[in-house]
Amino acid sequence: MAETTLSSPGIRTLAPLERPIQRAWRSLVKRRGAMVGLGLITAFILLAVLAPLVAPYDPIKTSWAFVRKAPSAAHWFGTDDLGRDVLARVIYGARASLLAGAISVVIALSIGVPIGMIAGYRGGVIDALISRITDAMLACPFLILAIALAAFLGPSLGNAMIAIGISATPIFVRLTRGEVLSVKVEEYVEAARSVGDTDLQIAVRHILPNIMPALLVQATLSVAAAIIAEAALSFLGLGQQPPAPSWGSMLNAAQRFLTNAPWMAIWPGLAIFLVVLSLNLLGDGLRDALDPQQEE
Amino acid sequence: MLRKNWCLAALAAVLMTSCGTLAQAQTTLRIGLAEDPDVLDPTMARTYVGRIVFAATCDKLFDIDDKLNIVPQLALSHETSADGKEVTIKLRPGVKFHDGEPFDAEAAKFSIDRHLTFPGSFRKPELASVDHVDVVDPLTIKLVLKAPFSPLIAQLTDRAGMMVSPKAAKEAGDKFGLRPVCAGPYKFVERVQQDRIVFEKFADYWNKDNVFIDKIVYQPIVDATVRLANLKSGGLDLIERVLATDIKDVRADSKLALSTAIELGYQGITLNIGKDKAKGPLSQSAKVRQALDLSIDREALNQVVFNGEFMPGNQWVNPSHPYYQKAFPMRARDVEKAKALLKEAGVTPPVAVDFMVPKGAETEAVAQVVQSMAAEAGFDMKIRVTEFATSLKQAEAGDYQAYMLSWSGRIDPDGNSYVFMKKNAPQNYSVWENAEADKALDDARLVTDMAQRKALYEKLAKLEIEEEPILYLYHRRILIAHTKKLEGYKQMPDGLVRLIGLKLK
Amino acid sequence: MLTFLARRLSQIIPTLIFVSILIFSLQQLLPGDPALVMAGEERDPAVIEQIRKQYRLDQPLPIQYGYWIKGVLSGDFGESLRIKMPVRDLIVQKLPVTLQLASMAIVIAFLIGIPAGIVSAVKRGTGWDYAANLFALWGISTPNFWLGIMLIFVFSIQLGWLPASGYVSLAEDWRASLAATIMPAFVLGNAIAAILMRHTRSAMLQVLSSDYIRTARAKGISERQVILRHALRNALTPVITLGALELGTLLSGAVLTEQIFSIPGFGKLIVDAVFNRDYAVVQGVVLVTATVYIMLNLIADLAYVLVNPRLRS
Repeated sequence: MAETTLSSPGIRTLAPLERPIQRAWRSLVKRRGAMVGLGLITAFILLAVLAPLVAPYDPIKTSWAFVRKAPSAAHWFGTDDLGRDVLARVIYGARASLLAGAISVVIALSIGVPIGMIAGYRGGVIDALISRITDAMLACPFLILAIALAAFLGPSLGNAMIAIGISATPIFVRLTRGEVLSVKVEEYVEAARSVGDTDLQIAVRHILPNIMPALLVQATLSVAAAIIAEAALSFLGLGQQPPAPSWGSMLNAAQRFLTNAPWMAIWPGLAIFLVVLSLNLLGDGLRDALDPQQEE
Repeated sequence: MLRKNWCLAALAAVLMTSCGTLAQAQTTLRIGLAEDPDVLDPTMARTYVGRIVFAATCDKLFDIDDKLNIVPQLALSHETSADGKEVTIKLRPGVKFHDGEPFDAEAAKFSIDRHLTFPGSFRKPELASVDHVDVVDPLTIKLVLKAPFSPLIAQLTDRAGMMVSPKAAKEAGDKFGLRPVCAGPYKFVERVQQDRIVFEKFADYWNKDNVFIDKIVYQPIVDATVRLANLKSGGLDLIERVLATDIKDVRADSKLALSTAIELGYQGITLNIGKDKAKGPLSQSAKVRQALDLSIDREALNQVVFNGEFMPGNQWVNPSHPYYQKAFPMRARDVEKAKALLKEAGVTPPVAVDFMVPKGAETEAVAQVVQSMAAEAGFDMKIRVTEFATSLKQAEAGDYQAYMLSWSGRIDPDGNSYVFMKKNAPQNYSVWENAEADKALDDARLVTDMAQRKALYEKLAKLEIEEEPILYLYHRRILIAHTKKLEGYKQMPDGLVRLIGLKLK
Repeated sequence: MLTFLARRLSQIIPTLIFVSILIFSLQQLLPGDPALVMAGEERDPAVIEQIRKQYRLDQPLPIQYGYWIKGVLSGDFGESLRIKMPVRDLIVQKLPVTLQLASMAIVIAFLIGIPAGIVSAVKRGTGWDYAANLFALWGISTPNFWLGIMLIFVFSIQLGWLPASGYVSLAEDWRASLAATIMPAFVLGNAIAAILMRHTRSAMLQVLSSDYIRTARAKGISERQVILRHALRNALTPVITLGALELGTLLSGAVLTEQIFSIPGFGKLIVDAVFNRDYAVVQGVVLVTATVYIMLNLIADLAYVLVNPRLRS
């Protein structure tokens, strides 16, 4: 929709890249919400990386004597239906969720951005074709696309990432295309062209840096959406394979024990909520910080 | 402010009236199903849950009692000729279909012929032994067989024995399932896909004096917790497939009652013998399969996943079944022996196994317990949760080494064994080929005497347990929970919910 | 305006063609054999072969696609493999359910999102603003299915106030119907409310700082009047358009929510059909919802252009 930033041509020049980044960072640091988000994410990333050191138990070690035990001093988050420690599984589950979020967005970016740039830069028939396909994909429900792709590729965490990445691609195609359209008429692009830069050079050197802020914001928000999507796929049995934990598959198993062992559902759900919340906080902060109009 | 209060009051009223049970002039029994049934045409139907719904609307020639004896329903009696190739069936007089058409020998012949010849009929394999049907007199038919087939009458206690109105079936063609017209206690009213199936009492039912409830509504609710919550809140009167782990809950609720029976089917793991492309140790040596078996503690599995409510087993019928072979009891877990067997077979642990598990929280839990137990004996069971649709295809293609499998069970033991173990049979996914076993399976079809049949199955059991194409794990308990307002409910081992004689206070 | 309309309309046809190809091929990519799934426990090879023939599953894909499109163009969406019901009838059966759920969700979203947006814009920087923003963050950060499970846990299992699942139509018993749909509608509406709140807030802020509002204030019109009469009217147009678009996604986007609450709408229909490999149902329903989505998009675009003549060029 009509959300293209109306920056007046000429103001943006080929300023060194460090300055806007530094400026944005300073602006970001001032935003409390964004900092809370960044802090939480860092904490979750640390948890995921240091899982073997932090987790109190082996996440896949079953214990027949401790089946569905409520939270206690020994098991802070309780145990699950096979006697595994829920806290350990939540901690290890962070690996699956964060990885899924990050990698699927990287996939979406690496397919979506080049295609979007081609569409925006070349225009004409190629643009029309790409735009119509993008429209078609956006018209199909995201989760259905992801489910179908995940089912096609076969159930595994890696395949779920690919499925989510592909399903999220059209958003980046559309965004990149729009941004390129608004950037390519700018003077510095014209200037580069007149100097004889190739299309690829122009794209990489001049256009990409300028559409970076918008992509970065969208990517942050998409990671949040991808984490939810991974949980949804795992919830439907198309993601992480047992016994390895993922928050979605933990919720899936928990559904049967809502009455008897509600803690099985509460913790992984809360974990998803917190990670997604912090990504959204960070994304919002980034958007504000990178938006030149917001500069006061 | 006043307006706000009014709004709150209205909202509260809305919530409260809708939650309380609404008084109704006629009695309605609302049944919560675990899945949405498939097509309601006895010829085309193929799901377990569909059979539950048929119990309301389509009577069969025969039925079973709680001891698995065959009792007459739309038939009165049957007689098999000395050579076993002719079965004469006397029909019940005065029976009407829901559209008022009479049920007679012509109609019975029509129904069986339809099962036999209708394009896409799933009953055809069940009735494959039938060559043709003769009308002897208006209330007698004769099934002429190609060869003796002892499970035939048992087949007629299920969908193959369901009688449909010839007039309605001819008119509707392959759309009959959208509006089935049979001769059961309840008449089809409407179906909203994935939401409800409604039946009302059939006034001219042959056994109408024993039908007390006016309306039956089936509602598919996939999630077991939600199904139970609905039963507790009074939104449903009866639910099937209660989770074993929820049994305590049901028992603790003074308004609810639980009816149970051990299922006819079994739960187990098919081990790929003949079609394993990777030629893993499991397929190459019976010793390795034995080792896997010995590594599993079935009782502990039952305790962990099902609170000990199910029945561990090691054969294709449950240990309380008349055809269970007591000579081959369940073996206790023996990890040392399992390790020794692996050594004997010359394989070095860990033995990696591609373990295909159809999606489903309970199945996945069982698989993980098996995985964890087998690991101690030196197996690395790599679980691959697979969508049901995909698992069928891959099972057929042999793309697995172990495959978690569930069979809803048939009344005759033939239905639990033949298609899974006979050479080239459609569900012999293990591709187990054993001439002796094949002979036992074939011979058991020829004789009707139970002692003789049991002796034949004993041979099969011995071979099966030695070779282990299927590793049987346990038998589920059929768990039906219902409100105590419902009187007269009795659970049969086939899991169906029979409605005759039920009263709702 | 007309050229704009013509251009957008000319884009719709190719988009729809791509949609149809996309869902058809996606469908065919799925592993597993619909005939096998259909056979359930009765896996007789001869019968399965018969099913393949009957539903043309044995024919080359382009030919299957051709038959399907030919049918669709004449209003025939094929037949459900699983229950032998025409897909068109299924869609007709489910449409009221999905529409009810979607409209309730949108109403809830508007009732929460717009007032929250207005308050946070008007009281910018105060505790109200923070509260509204926090709510919005909560709304977009809660996974639908988790919220659904938790609502069932609290309101159905613990408190026993609301039915845990199922659907009753409005015509049959409107109170029971509302009770059955209020939780799923809230789950869906909650997330949209958050989005609407954010847009209302930013639109209001923009309008409130505009010249004519300053003029209105200068004229001495009461603040209440300024906000309700002048600012709101201008700020709401994009928000309402956005709401219309969200309605479009809700038609098929309620996949997990419908699954959890056993609401027999489009979302549940599609997912179950995907897992059952009921090709005709997936194709038919997705095609219909995608078409509606595209149309709503077009209407939203038109509304935008009508409101902002600057965009017409």
